[in-house]
Amino acid sequence: MDSRDDYVLRVSNLSVTLQDQPILDDVSFNVKKGSILAVVGPNGAGKTVLFRALLNLVPHSGKIEWRGKAKIGYVPQSLSASDVPISVREFLSLKNPSNVEGALSSVGLDSKTIAEKRLGVLSGGQLRRVLIAWAIIDKPDVLLFDEPTTGVDLDSEEAIYRMLKDLAEKNGITTIIISHSVHIVSEYSDHMLAINRCMNFFGESKQINDQSLQKVIYGETECKHDSTPTGD
Amino acid sequence: MIETLIFSVVVGAAVGVAAGYLGSLMVLEKMALVGDALSHVALPGLALGILYGFNPFFGAFAFLFTSAVLIWQLSRITKLSFETLVGAVFTLSLAIGILIIPEPELLEALFGDITTVGLMDVAIAVVVSIVAIFLTKTIYNGIVLSMISEELAISKGVKVARTNLLYLLLVSMAVAIGIKITGTLLVGFLVVTPAAAAKTISSNLRKYSVLSSVFGGASAVSGVLISSYLNLPPGPLVVLAGIAIFFASILTRLGKPSAS
Repeated sequence: MDSRDDYVLRVSNLSVTLQDQPILDDVSFNVKKGSILAVVGPNGAGKTVLFRALLNLVPHSGKIEWRGKAKIGYVPQSLSASDVPISVREFLSLKNPSNVEGALSSVGLDSKTIAEKRLGVLSGGQLRRVLIAWAIIDKPDVLLFDEPTTGVDLDSEEAIYRMLKDLAEKNGITTIIISHSVHIVSEYSDHMLAINRCMNFFGESKQINDQSLQKVIYGETECKHDSTPTGD
Repeated sequence: MIETLIFSVVVGAAVGVAAGYLGSLMVLEKMALVGDALSHVALPGLALGILYGFNPFFGAFAFLFTSAVLIWQLSRITKLSFETLVGAVFTLSLAIGILIIPEPELLEALFGDITTVGLMDVAIAVVVSIVAIFLTKTIYNGIVLSMISEELAISKGVKVARTNLLYLLLVSMAVAIGIKITGTLLVGFLVVTPAAAAKTISSNLRKYSVLSSVFGGASAVSGVLISSYLNLPPGPLVVLAGIAIFFASILTRLGKPSAS
C-alpha cells in the first residue's frame, strides 16, 4: 500500500484557463519520490502550462500539493541567450557560484573547455546540458524538464535521456519530463501523463502502447468532455 | 577657468561611468532607444527649473521619475512594451517643454552646457552616480537572468516587475545628471554607445559591464577636455569621442572569428 509520504507531488482536479481559453481541464496525477513521470501530448496540449501551474506561475483551480518544502529545479524549453555576453560559468554562478565544476561534470561536460565559453555560441546539445546543470546545481528534490531535447539531434537525445535517468537513480531526484517523443516514455519513465485539450490519462508508462490511448496521446480525437479515460 | 574645467571633468567622469554601466543593461534589453526617448521627457522639468531659478536637475528628475512610474504602470496594464509607451510619452513632454521654455534657455536644455557647472552640480553628479551604480549592481544579475529566461528568473525568486521599476528609476537618474553635459538631445548617446562598443568585444558579463563603464567615462572626459581645448560645445564632442571608441572596438573585433 502507498502511504501519503511516498508522494512528492499530488495534483487533483487541476484546471487552467488563460484569456478565456480552457487549457487544462480536470487533470489529476501523483508523483512518487524518486520516480520519473513523462508528460506527453500534441503541440498546444498545455504541457508547458501544466509546468507553469506546478510552479505557481499561472492562475489555476484544483489542488497542487508538494510534499514538505520540495526544492524544485526547473529547465525551460528555450532561452534567449544568443545576444547576451555571458559565459557558462557566469550563468551557472547566478544560481550557485560554489558548484559550477561539479554541476558541469554531472552532465558530462568538461568545465575546462566549456566554462568560459559564451552561452550564446553553444550547440543545441551543449546548451541543454548546461541547462540541466543549472537545474541540478543546488541539489533539488524535484526536476521539471520542459522538452529536454529541443534542438538536439537523435544521438544526443538518447544520451540526454540516459543521463537524466542516471541522475534520478543516483541522486534519488524525482523527475517530471515534458516530451514530444513518445518512444522515450516507455524506456525512460515510470509513469506517464498524456494530455490534450479535452482528455487526459495518467498511468504506468508501459501502457503507452495500448491502442485505446493513442488517440489521447497523438491528439487524434474530438473534444468530448464526458470521454476522459482514467487510469491508475 | 581651470576650476570650471576640473568640475566639468569630474562631472563627466562620474556621469559617463554611471551611464555606461546602466546602459549595458539597456542595450541587452534592446531598450537602447528608451534611454534616448526618455531623455526628452526631462525637458519640461528642465524648463521649470530654468524659469523659476531652481536646479534644473531636480525638475528633470521629477519629470523622469513620474514618467517612469507612469510607463511602468501602463506597461503592466496594457502589456505594451516600454519602447512603445516611452515613444508615446516623450513626444508629449517634448511638445510641452518647447512651449514653456524661452528660446535661449531652450538651447541650453537641448544641448547642455557643462561650462556652467558649479560645486553643487559636481556634488549632485558624483553622489547620484555612485548611488545609481550601487543600486544597479544589486539588480544587475536579476535583470540579466530575466532577459535570458523570465521563467528562470521568477522560479529563482526575482521580482521581475519590481526590478524593472527600480531599473527605470535608475535610468531616469542617470539621464537627469547626464543632461548637464550633453543636453537632452544627446544624452541618449551616453547610455547606448559605450555599451554597444563594449558588447562588440566582450565574451563575458564582467568584461562587458566594466568596459561599458570605462568607455562611458572615457567618452565623457575626453569630450570635455577636447571641447575646452578647441573652445567648442562639449555635448557633440563627447558624442564624437564615444563614436571613435565604438569604431575602434569594431576594428579590434575585425579579424577575430567571433567572441566565444
